[in-house]
Amino acid sequence: MTIDVTQFHDVFFEESDEHLQDMEQLLMTLDVDCPDQEQLNSIFRAAHSIKGGSGIFNFDALMNLTHVMENLLDKARNQEIHVTTDIVDVFLQTLDVLKDTLSAYKEKTDLPQAQIDASIKVLEDTLAQASQSSVSGHSDVLECTSDTDNDVIDGFGFFDDDDDYGVINKVSEDDLDIDAEIAGFGFFEPENLPVAPPVKSEEAKSPSQPIVKPVKPKPKAAAKEAASIRVDTTKIDAMVNLVGELVITQSMLSNVGQEVEGQIGERLQLAIDELQRNTREIQESVMSMRMLPINMTFNRFPRVVRDLSTKLGKQVDLVIQGGNTEIDKSLIEKLVDPLTHLVRNSIDHGIETPEKRIASGKPEKGTVILSAEQKGSSIIIGIIDDGAGLDKERILQKASQNGLPLSPDMPDSEIWQLIFQAGFSTAEEVTDVSGRGVGMDVVRRNIESIGGRIEIESSKGEGSAFYIHLPLTLAIVDGMCVSVGQQIFVIPLLNVIESFQPTSSQLKTLGNEQVLWIRDRYWPLVSLTQLMEVDDGVTEPTQGIVVLLESSKKRYGVLVDSLVGQQQVVIKSLEQHYKKVAGIAGATIMGDGKVAMIIDADSVAVNCVTVKNSEVSV
Amino acid sequence: MSEAVLQQAVSASKESEFLSFILGEEHYALDITTVKEIRGYEQVTKIANAPSFIKGVINLRGDIVPIVDLRLKFNVGEATYNQFTIVIMLNVHDRIVGIVVDGVSDVIRLSEGDILPPPEFGVSFDSKYLHGLADIDENMVILVNIESLITSNELGLVETKTASVEEE
Repeated sequence: MTIDVTQFHDVFFEESDEHLQDMEQLLMTLDVDCPDQEQLNSIFRAAHSIKGGSGIFNFDALMNLTHVMENLLDKARNQEIHVTTDIVDVFLQTLDVLKDTLSAYKEKTDLPQAQIDASIKVLEDTLAQASQSSVSGHSDVLECTSDTDNDVIDGFGFFDDDDDYGVINKVSEDDLDIDAEIAGFGFFEPENLPVAPPVKSEEAKSPSQPIVKPVKPKPKAAAKEAASIRVDTTKIDAMVNLVGELVITQSMLSNVGQEVEGQIGERLQLAIDELQRNTREIQESVMSMRMLPINMTFNRFPRVVRDLSTKLGKQVDLVIQGGNTEIDKSLIEKLVDPLTHLVRNSIDHGIETPEKRIASGKPEKGTVILSAEQKGSSIIIGIIDDGAGLDKERILQKASQNGLPLSPDMPDSEIWQLIFQAGFSTAEEVTDVSGRGVGMDVVRRNIESIGGRIEIESSKGEGSAFYIHLPLTLAIVDGMCVSVGQQIFVIPLLNVIESFQPTSSQLKTLGNEQVLWIRDRYWPLVSLTQLMEVDDGVTEPTQGIVVLLESSKKRYGVLVDSLVGQQQVVIKSLEQHYKKVAGIAGATIMGDGKVAMIIDADSVAVNCVTVKNSEVSV
Repeated sequence: MSEAVLQQAVSASKESEFLSFILGEEHYALDITTVKEIRGYEQVTKIANAPSFIKGVINLRGDIVPIVDLRLKFNVGEATYNQFTIVIMLNVHDRIVGIVVDGVSDVIRLSEGDILPPPEFGVSFDSKYLHGLADIDENMVILVNIESLITSNELGLVETKTASVEEE
């Protein structure tokens, strides 16, 4: 049987990555005093799956390491040894080595052999120590045998006459727990498994059923596997685009449909309505395919925080909020590095040592909050700590040392932005955690490369907050379509407060600028005709319509010619073939096939302010 | 003798195809491998704060594609738009850009030897966007290095990231 197994490598790497992540999460949440049997089982199974796969593909280093790890895990889940924080630490370290090894195999670079050997040694030592010290666990023997029994049975159906697993067999032979070896397979390998005779396992299973209590995770795992399939993201992207086209075609069709009269027209209209509903549903489900909960990124941080706070002798609580906020998959991957950096910064520079905290009257334990929420057409991710806050004097001092342009009346928000300059670090000493000053400018660049921006809020002694604003790329937006001259613009409905026709009594002038008096306050008024350089738009406010907008920081009114209607639009990137345009979030294609610009309320507000400022200074 | 034959053979093997087009009175040509398609001019959506030669964007089967009028950019001919106005859709570095021209004339084959160096001055645009000149039926054809033109800062079609990197 000669099959080219290299074609399965990618799947293996991807799955193993997931398994490692799962393991890490489970280890992090594992309650040492009263370990959850199900969790231990899951960790074991994940390790086992990696081992099984690496055996098949002859990734010996990976297999050997997971093998030792698995032995220890097996003892732990069988309650032969007591899991301590030290053991969890050992596991976490092993996971790191596993990650390195895995990526070495993936990138086809040299294996970190020294680390692997060291890690195996540590595991073996732990195993020896732990099995000596705790013998008491054997009172639970009944439960644990029933567990392994079940594993044997589950595995056997798959295990028979399959040459590919020869490698594993060999490993199993030099160890006593053959049964456990097999356990993970139902879970791991649906692709290249020959169909197993199911009867056999059924038969074998039924007699043991009554005794087995901790079986539950097994069917759950199997169900999870069946409920998801791996699809290349480019395929989904292609589909998103096609559905976008479909939506446009559909609205073209309904435009035409409105022109058909009589009975046929009515029937056509009914059919078009049906089509419209279907396309919307297709669109929604396709869009949701690309979206993943941001927990995918956040879940790695408990580990980061734990490791770092131990290392720095600080006590830090990590609070995660809004982890279910959905965000585009491509953004998830790109967020990892900048977020890691910011979290590390918060702990290293932000949170003070317990002594300092007590001295300044704060609770001993610092808090870092990771939050995510969707606000309008953007996602805001916050990294908030209750530490010392940014040191304004030192930043300014450092900035003048680096020869950065400074003005005495710089607002705080601009001072904070200085830390994103290359080579900027105010850390008193360079640690291996941070302080080299290479980080923040990279963070900013990473965030900007995915179309986001960072805002900083900080007050001395109370803490600092970093807010990453990210666009919801690939999203559909509920928009208000407005006309200006010959052109249509789309204003995201989330920004719209209300729209009305202003009367001349509501209009005031303030040094050549028009302002609007409504809702008991004055609103700046922006003319889209001027801002978007449209030739034939309304310039007299009383002849047009004012739409009141609210962006994240400012409120203002926008003058347009008239309202066209509300519509869901697909955001298309302008940057793909052109570049970013100030005040524009993107473009969309209207029912008639024409392009309409989508207004970016935040950016319009910022632009207007800068325009006015420059005029004043001239 | 044999050397000349050899040279001819070598240069013949380096033959490449160009699409020639007309701007005003002048004949231009660009590398045909960058051409995606040729279509008629259609109504564009204007973009704010863009130079006048960037007419706006159109919907090309779901892609939002900018349209540049080379007549305005090179200051040749008259920028009129009617049913005969042609847009050449180019695909350069995974970006699609449409250029408005007065007409498309022919596909011409040129070998390296046929391409003459441009004069030092006297051309309406920077010689770095010039590939060279060629003589076709008594007409001078200006071979445009379309890739460097499209990605240039002067045209401003691409985010000026490359420029800022260079500055750093």
